[in-house]
Amino acid sequence: MTLMSTQRRRIAAGALLAAATMVVTTACGGGNGGGGDKGKDGLAFNGGVNKVLNASDKKGGELKFIGSQEADSWDPQRGYYGFVWDFARYYTRQLVTFKAAPGTASTELVSDLATDTGKVSADGLTYTFTLKDGIAWEDGKPITSKDIKYGIERIWAQDVISGGPIYLQQVLDPKGEYKGPYKDTSPDKLGLKAIETPDDKTIVFKLPVANGDFLQMLAMPAASPVRQDKDTKSKYGLKPFSSGPYKWESYTPNKSIKLVRNDKWDAKTDTVRKALPDKISVTFTTNADDMDNRLIEGEYDLDINATGVGAAARQKVLQQHKGNIDNPQTGFIRYAVFPQTVIDNVECRKAIIYAADSKSLQTARGGPQAGGDIASNMLPPAIKGADPKADPYGKLAGKADVAKAKEALAKCGKPNGFKTTIAVRNNKPIEIATAESLQQSLKAVGIEAQIDQFDGAQTSGIIGSPKVVKEKGYGIIIMGWGADFPSGQGFLQPLVDGRFILQSGNNNFSELNDPAINGLFDQALKETDPVKAGELYKQINTKVSEAAVYLPFTHEKNIIWRSSRLTNVYTADAYNGRYDYASLGVVK
Amino acid sequence: MLAYIVRRLFAVVVMLLVVTLVTLSIFFLIPKLTGSDPAAMFVGKQADPASIEGIRQKLGLDEPILVQFWHFVSGIFVGRDYTGGGDSIHCAAPCFGYSFKTEQDVWTMLVDRIPVTLSMVVGAAVLWLLMGVTTGVVSALKRGTAIDRAAMVTALAGVSLPIYFTAMLAMFLFRTQLGWLDAKYVPFAESPGGWFAGLLLPWVTLAFLYAAMYARLTRATMLEVLGEDYIRTARAKGLPEPVVLGKHAMRSTMTPILTIFGMDLGALVGGAVLTETAFNLSGLGNAAFKAVGDRDLPVILAVTLITAASVVIANLVVDLLYAVIDPRVRLA
Repeated sequence: MTLMSTQRRRIAAGALLAAATMVVTTACGGGNGGGGDKGKDGLAFNGGVNKVLNASDKKGGELKFIGSQEADSWDPQRGYYGFVWDFARYYTRQLVTFKAAPGTASTELVSDLATDTGKVSADGLTYTFTLKDGIAWEDGKPITSKDIKYGIERIWAQDVISGGPIYLQQVLDPKGEYKGPYKDTSPDKLGLKAIETPDDKTIVFKLPVANGDFLQMLAMPAASPVRQDKDTKSKYGLKPFSSGPYKWESYTPNKSIKLVRNDKWDAKTDTVRKALPDKISVTFTTNADDMDNRLIEGEYDLDINATGVGAAARQKVLQQHKGNIDNPQTGFIRYAVFPQTVIDNVECRKAIIYAADSKSLQTARGGPQAGGDIASNMLPPAIKGADPKADPYGKLAGKADVAKAKEALAKCGKPNGFKTTIAVRNNKPIEIATAESLQQSLKAVGIEAQIDQFDGAQTSGIIGSPKVVKEKGYGIIIMGWGADFPSGQGFLQPLVDGRFILQSGNNNFSELNDPAINGLFDQALKETDPVKAGELYKQINTKVSEAAVYLPFTHEKNIIWRSSRLTNVYTADAYNGRYDYASLGVVK
Repeated sequence: MLAYIVRRLFAVVVMLLVVTLVTLSIFFLIPKLTGSDPAAMFVGKQADPASIEGIRQKLGLDEPILVQFWHFVSGIFVGRDYTGGGDSIHCAAPCFGYSFKTEQDVWTMLVDRIPVTLSMVVGAAVLWLLMGVTTGVVSALKRGTAIDRAAMVTALAGVSLPIYFTAMLAMFLFRTQLGWLDAKYVPFAESPGGWFAGLLLPWVTLAFLYAAMYARLTRATMLEVLGEDYIRTARAKGLPEPVVLGKHAMRSTMTPILTIFGMDLGALVGGAVLTETAFNLSGLGNAAFKAVGDRDLPVILAVTLITAASVVIANLVVDLLYAVIDPRVRLA
């Protein structure tokens, strides 16, 4: 592993060196694109953020994706990567889905396979949906309520199709009584009691406890229908059977994907997917810098991963192709978290927060464009209840507050500072740079922090284990987090609800277990009005700030590329600032 | 000779079994001792202990290492089934394991990558052997001249420049700026011209590094051989210079070259990781690179085995060729 890491570093170093040569060469030859905020095609920087760029309904052509990261799985019940959920709308449909609209409007849920967004009982425990007429699988057979139930049941078979989100399992069967369709002894393999299918057009969900975000969970690809006779179990991700506008023509893992039109999909039943290109292709590469070059040259339309243009090509696109890039927020917050078992005094934690130089941390993350906006609290702007201006520790000033840090240290009983350890993943160079920046800031007030780079692939067993964290004395952990669905529950609960502290795979690294916060979550979960729930999440966020267990660095932003020929381009908050793939076309 | 070949082949088999056992132990046993769980790597971030246990059973990770070893080796010859959680996957012979990352048997994943790596390595090997040995011989014969110095400076550059740098530079010059060539694999049967054009950049890039090393090695060996008594004797007998060089000096010079060539070729067949990654060629090295990133242990194990097999077989071939090249070496 060490050898490979070294080779990767060498590749990165070589890439930078080569890129530097190229930049010099290109600079000498002069650029061929427009500077400023408009590109040579009249496209504008951020033209696809919060608005639709190149609106068009013209069909045809091939939409060409490229990416350096393969999916964890293309099986709708197994995929967990953000770009997989976005891409999955090409070949899957759900009862409800995210609205095809730019920015925060994309987080609104609209009907998809269902005629509406469901009828909810007064107690919030029963959701009833009626399916649309004319919805069909790729072989023309109608999609039934039983197909939807069977697809959802597959989530229970974690020992066969592991990896996907299990929210529906936790909400519908918290005691884990159902064992999944592959161990189901009922003749139709539809033994999950929490879902009823009285007829082929009706599906009823019965929740043991109300959850205001249940519809968000139904919008995940994990709630997609799967037809029993087409279920190839663990191999389903190699060729999912399509309920969406495209079907799988070919797929070679780590190499390429080709999707073609599903002629059994009826546009009249689908208000979300435009299905403009005739074909969709994905090419996977191992050379991310070469990928950026090919995007700039127009060989491909966009990066399917949308993790941002690499450092080597960043200056080039910002200077010469600004009209081809957008700079959206991803919905991720990058932060440091302080395990209370290691730094138990709240004033000591406050001292770290005050001593941190937020501008330096932003720079270490890549600056305002590649890194993101300075964050001052733990709720991303796209989530209801967020207040980006709430700044209890003055982080938006962009500098350290040494006086307050020393004051906090005195209150903590350690006026000359203390020693601690910063834990950072060894496979995340930006996080390592952030840790080094924080280390420097803390030194100014006498806090001596040594950096421990741990194996990033073993995150759940190292920082995810409270026992290991305490043993290693990790007072500060550098991490990042994005919501699985855009609500306070989806973002905050795994991080700050004490009942989410796990002995392995823990994400509540601070081990915050405040009964008041836990109680507010219980109230918010029962609330079906998102605005009212948002108010509760705002209160939770305030209490989290008061506990001083998080130092947020940035609301992450990416610089993402779009080719000049793309139509209907816009970034969607529902997909972490990625383009809404289901709307894209390539013919103007 | 036949007995020697049989003995060596037997040694090859033993060596590969040992490599398999050691690699299996490293991947599946040592993580247990250090407290990490290979089964957990295959499960998602929200997995419960029962799911991890199910995966462990399906992979056979709960079995003793020697039993796992036996299942692996026998699977190569008779295939293997992975059963658990109500699912059963058959991995047909030759079964080199099953990737739970891609849900494919490893041999299926790798078999169509072998021609890519072979095409790249053999083509580059021809180039570097021709360029390296020729340059080395000329340098030795023109020792101290401008030609010698120029050749050795170029060779030094070749050895010094890392392959990912020359690859990036080659791509930038020949693809981005000039638009002459792009690196991609086109099967020979599909288009011989496309195959040649698509591999030219990787060939030249890889060959540049190796040719430089071979030029320096050839020059040094040639200079040493030219000082030998039998060369002086040959010249004293009045043999023409081409015969002295071609028939006598070259044979001795080629012995160490052939030794190192066999090792290099064998190792590269196992995957020219950097070259394939830099040019995004879907060969064995590229698969290994991805597998390491994904912690896809069965794929890493298979590529390790293929590399080991290539090296030991290439060495065997080289040892047999000694007898042909150098009359002083006779195997009875």
